[in-house]
Amino acid sequence: MKMWRQIGAVTGMNLRSIPQRLSTSLVIVIGIAGVVAVLVSVLAMSTGMLKTMNNAGRDDRAIVLRNGSAAESGSVLTRDAVRLIGEGVGVKRDADGKPIVSAEGIRLISMYKKADGAEVNVAMRGVGPKYQTLRPEFRIVEGRLFNPAVNELIVGKSAHAQYRGTNIGDRLVTRGGTWTVVGIFSSGGDSHESELLADVETLNSAERRGGAQSVNVMLDSIGSFQAFKDSLTSNPALAVDVYREREYYKQQSKVIGRVISVIAYVVGGIMAVGAIFGALNTMYSAVSARLQEIATLRALGFGSTAMVISVLAEALLLSCIGGAIGAVLAWLFFNGHVVSTGGTAMGQLVFELSVSPALVAIGIVWACAIGLIGGLFPAVRAARLPVATALRAV
Amino acid sequence: MSALVSLRRVTKSYVRGKQKVEVLHGIDLDIQPGEFLALMGPSGSGKTTMLNLIAGLDQPTSGEVMVGESRIDKLSRGALSDWRARNIGFIFQFYNLLPVLTAEANVEVPLLLTDLTRAQRRKRAQTALQLVGLADRGKHKPNELSGGQQQRVAIARAIVADPTLLVCDEPTGDLDRQSAEEIMNMLQALNRTQGKTIVMVTHDPRAAEYATRELHLDKGQLAREEVRHVA
Repeated sequence: MKMWRQIGAVTGMNLRSIPQRLSTSLVIVIGIAGVVAVLVSVLAMSTGMLKTMNNAGRDDRAIVLRNGSAAESGSVLTRDAVRLIGEGVGVKRDADGKPIVSAEGIRLISMYKKADGAEVNVAMRGVGPKYQTLRPEFRIVEGRLFNPAVNELIVGKSAHAQYRGTNIGDRLVTRGGTWTVVGIFSSGGDSHESELLADVETLNSAERRGGAQSVNVMLDSIGSFQAFKDSLTSNPALAVDVYREREYYKQQSKVIGRVISVIAYVVGGIMAVGAIFGALNTMYSAVSARLQEIATLRALGFGSTAMVISVLAEALLLSCIGGAIGAVLAWLFFNGHVVSTGGTAMGQLVFELSVSPALVAIGIVWACAIGLIGGLFPAVRAARLPVATALRAV
Repeated sequence: MSALVSLRRVTKSYVRGKQKVEVLHGIDLDIQPGEFLALMGPSGSGKTTMLNLIAGLDQPTSGEVMVGESRIDKLSRGALSDWRARNIGFIFQFYNLLPVLTAEANVEVPLLLTDLTRAQRRKRAQTALQLVGLADRGKHKPNELSGGQQQRVAIARAIVADPTLLVCDEPTGDLDRQSAEEIMNMLQALNRTQGKTIVMVTHDPRAAEYATRELHLDKGQLAREEVRHVA
């Protein structure tokens, strides 16, 4: 009880004297706010990207690629293979008894960002006639669906927000022809909203290609996946890899997500080292400025533990304030901010930065760690101060 | 009567650079309960070092320091802190009040180390302030008080926990003549009416006249002693 009273009293005195040391105290607050703002913002990119990619899949849908292909872009499936995949065990069928599958192909086309005019590669996806049945989350939000056999396409909501030439009626020129934008679609906030969609046969014809790159399949149920996979992988006429759709998109985002996280922690780590020195300097100054008070309290009988904890408490409080400011800044400036980035096999991915409560918590934990490390040595100095010498130095 | 403070063969040396400097050489001293002792001597004679040893702020290099029943030269740092809280009241030359606290809160500080409740602590702090004639200044912060008033607050802080011993390091060193006299009268009254044992370091012969005994140190040794008969 007495110990807590000591700690409370000394900490209270420390905190009350902060206004007299405002400028040095701000070094900790601003330094740590900067670290947390950068860390949380970059991690928000990774989180937003993963969220978008993870939204893209369902467990009752499967994606089939040519054996050994890491992504759709490296896969080729013949028309025969597409037909055989549709006949696999566990494939859901519509009212007419036709398998709900969509043979799809991707082409990367050059587009320009609205924001800065930068040229980027955007995925134009050719999809089969069952695409809407396969994806109940798909909605036309403006205009209409493309018609087969004519060069029409629709653009995803995110792509429409990011790229020039994506308004209804605009024409996009690709290597294979000129395409008219006839609609804008949403698909539940997943990565497909970064793409352009057209009829796969029309796209293949325009690009003088055949077959597909992937076949997307609706399963009878989540539990049908293994039977479906086995039926394809055991078929000697097929050489394919089969993934649950959610698993596939997670896999696709893993590498880039990890790279962004590493960047965040490396940059954040370097900044944190700087902030630790700032905190050290500030807390050493704080201890020096209060040398008389500390020596007096020690002379009166206050223990060294109370001194250590009070200095650490001040460092922690200042760093938590800095952390909170950094997190709020990241949230204000970046939460919900739409960006696009390359690095995926499907060209540009448009996604929202997401400053989640978990990221804020990570930021605050970093801030506390910086504060603790920065406060530790000055705290030990305060505790080890030879009282008689310190009193004489006053 | 057995001594309240007893120093036996006390030496204290410091290492400055590569040199070992002995500040006190084999001091033997007894201070009786109720004494008001003035330690005098030129700068560097070792009087503050001796005061620090008696107050448990420092440890001797060799020898024994007994205060009451405690052999304080054998106590650990932590135990010495607890011992100081229970037994010593400090009065410093520059008052050493905590600037962010009011006078009353400053006086209350030593009581934070006791088991008293908040209300009891406040009451005792107010009583101590009353004793030094500053009952109406309790809500003022140190920078709103004169030097003499600050030193009176420091005296109230020194006596509030009813310590065994008051140690004063140049208590009038930063005060004008009139304030110095007020402070010395107050210390003398504490000694005479409440029986407080006081050990005071001073350069000022006028301040030393209030003491019942003067000890002169020179080059780390007791050089001269003067006992005064109380009127």
